[in-house]
Amino acid sequence: MNTSFQSIFDTYNWDDTLASINAKTAQDVEFALEKTKRDLEDFKALISLAAKPYLEQMAQQSRLITKKRFGNTIQMYVPMYLSNECQNICTYCGFSMTNKIPRRTLTDAEILKEVSFLKEKGYDHILLVTGEANKTVGVPYIKHAMELIKDQFSNITIEVQPLHQNEYEELIQANLYAVLVYQETYHRAEYKKHHPKGKKSNFDFRLETPDRLGRAGIHKIGLGALFGLEDWRADSFFTALHLKYLQKTYWKTKYSISFPRLRPHSGGLEPKVEMTDRDLVQTICAFRLLDEDVELSMSTRESETFRNHIVHLGVTSLSAESKTNPGGYVIDPQSLEQFEISDERSTEVIAKMLQENGLEPVWKDWENRW
Amino acid sequence: MNDLLTIADKTFHSRLFTGTGKFSSNQLMSDALIASESELITVALKRVDVNNEQDKMLKSIMRPHINLLPNTSGVRDAKEAVFAAQLAREALETNWIKLEIHPDPKYLLPDPIETLKAAEELVKLGFVVMPYIHADPVLCKRLEEVGTQCVMPLGAPIGTNKGLKTLDFLEIIIEQSNIPVIVDAGIGSPSHAAFAMELGADAVLVNTAIAVSKNPVAMAKAFKMAVEAGRMAYNAKLASVKQHAEASSPLTSFLS
Ligand code: SF4
Repeated sequence: MNTSFQSIFDTYNWDDTLASINAKTAQDVEFALEKTKRDLEDFKALISLAAKPYLEQMAQQSRLITKKRFGNTIQMYVPMYLSNECQNICTYCGFSMTNKIPRRTLTDAEILKEVSFLKEKGYDHILLVTGEANKTVGVPYIKHAMELIKDQFSNITIEVQPLHQNEYEELIQANLYAVLVYQETYHRAEYKKHHPKGKKSNFDFRLETPDRLGRAGIHKIGLGALFGLEDWRADSFFTALHLKYLQKTYWKTKYSISFPRLRPHSGGLEPKVEMTDRDLVQTICAFRLLDEDVELSMSTRESETFRNHIVHLGVTSLSAESKTNPGGYVIDPQSLEQFEISDERSTEVIAKMLQENGLEPVWKDWENRW
Repeated sequence: MNDLLTIADKTFHSRLFTGTGKFSSNQLMSDALIASESELITVALKRVDVNNEQDKMLKSIMRPHINLLPNTSGVRDAKEAVFAAQLAREALETNWIKLEIHPDPKYLLPDPIETLKAAEELVKLGFVVMPYIHADPVLCKRLEEVGTQCVMPLGAPIGTNKGLKTLDFLEIIIEQSNIPVIVDAGIGSPSHAAFAMELGADAVLVNTAIAVSKNPVAMAKAFKMAVEAGRMAYNAKLASVKQHAEASSPLTSFLS
């Protein structure tokens, strides 16, 4: 069986999809809220304008379902940027090729220094991030970095350029646990505008990345759209469509969803479509109501207040104290970040906040020898 | 609404599949099958006299639009199943096979390991494989991966007429499957069949409940109507039982 998401995606039209979301009525929302098993039409209703007055009800249900499935725990992870070298132009990113910033790729010694700082903080799950510069931070570099630190983390996730199936297989052999790959936007034409140059401009190759990962047998795939590039309702719908397809096809793989909103960076792009805090809560709850088991992840892009509350509304994993620049923890704290983080509280403070809210921060939830 | 069921290269108007066992006479069987409007009828290979072109049972089933689905009932392992399927292909000139391997003579419960093995082999040999299995969601995905064209999970032990005892697992199977799900075994009344269709099953297979009822022809018709009603309800999207969220302090007040 060699299916791919593209064949399904191509049967959808962006404008029609948006129109059908906008056509949802209060009755559709009430109907969706009453069900236990919801489909993508229900999801459309839950992210629609018509669902706005039902947000509290959605939140109550989302909290309940999340508790039932995940208990009172929140998984902790931390990103480590290995490099800011990048040969792509992405209009929203501080590492974009034409941005005149000093470029740096961490050496072995630097990686280990950063790691020892994060280990002291208690982290056992790490997310390695690079830009896309195949010559310097291609598969050999990533694999080497993983091997360098694998004894210190029980779970390694990467967020790097889309790779080929055999490359993923190679990295899985080297203990890779999960890969995050966000489509940014599912709007083909807008995607092209925001990725005018570099390998990332290939929309289809990116769209098919989770398929290659699924075929390679990865444990977990993270999906998401960068909210702000296009209409968030349609992008949420396509993310959900993608999720449902993948779950059916690569059924041994786990899935997580992230909800990045456009953040300021050097060179700053204003969001084309605003997604308010209220909209973001609606989206998170809608995903939870669609799928009881999917992990929902929240980064430090969001504000303290927002994060304090969202941990009760369906989110299951959280990062803290993140630096989005290579060497940002100890080597070079002053270097330019990929984007500004918003919640700058320390790991300890976040852990305490969770405990005070009756939630247990979980540092280890995997064993890399398996 | 054009709501046809497609399996491999065939499309079906009727989502009621029927069997040929346990009827008191061939004539009654034939009348009941006509009343059911079923287009896919399973026959036990062990009951067919493959050397006799005038086999009475076969003659009483065959009509235009009827597809025969030989089953391997009676075999005990993958090897026997593959052999039986090949025999069926030759004798009945169809590459469709209902794969049944139940080594247990008492409850006739399907052997998952031998079924998966045989399915893989039969797909390679070019068969359209319809495996009869326990309502095991993981097994269904494994069968889908080896290339079976549908899965046929049981609702309850065969011949018991108990209905959908495996409900929780059928729901998962239906939710996860990329291939048609046909609920087989255990369906004892039209309401069970309607329920399976409301859940989203693609078809049901019914034999005993029709064959041993007081009036098989009327019962066959009742099943036909029940399957249609269940399917219609599924397409119309059922309203479901109201859920009550736990009353707690507002979670979204921080937004205002
Ligand atoms: S988003 Fe990624 S690929 Fe695009 S410029 Fe930034 S680091 Fe490079």
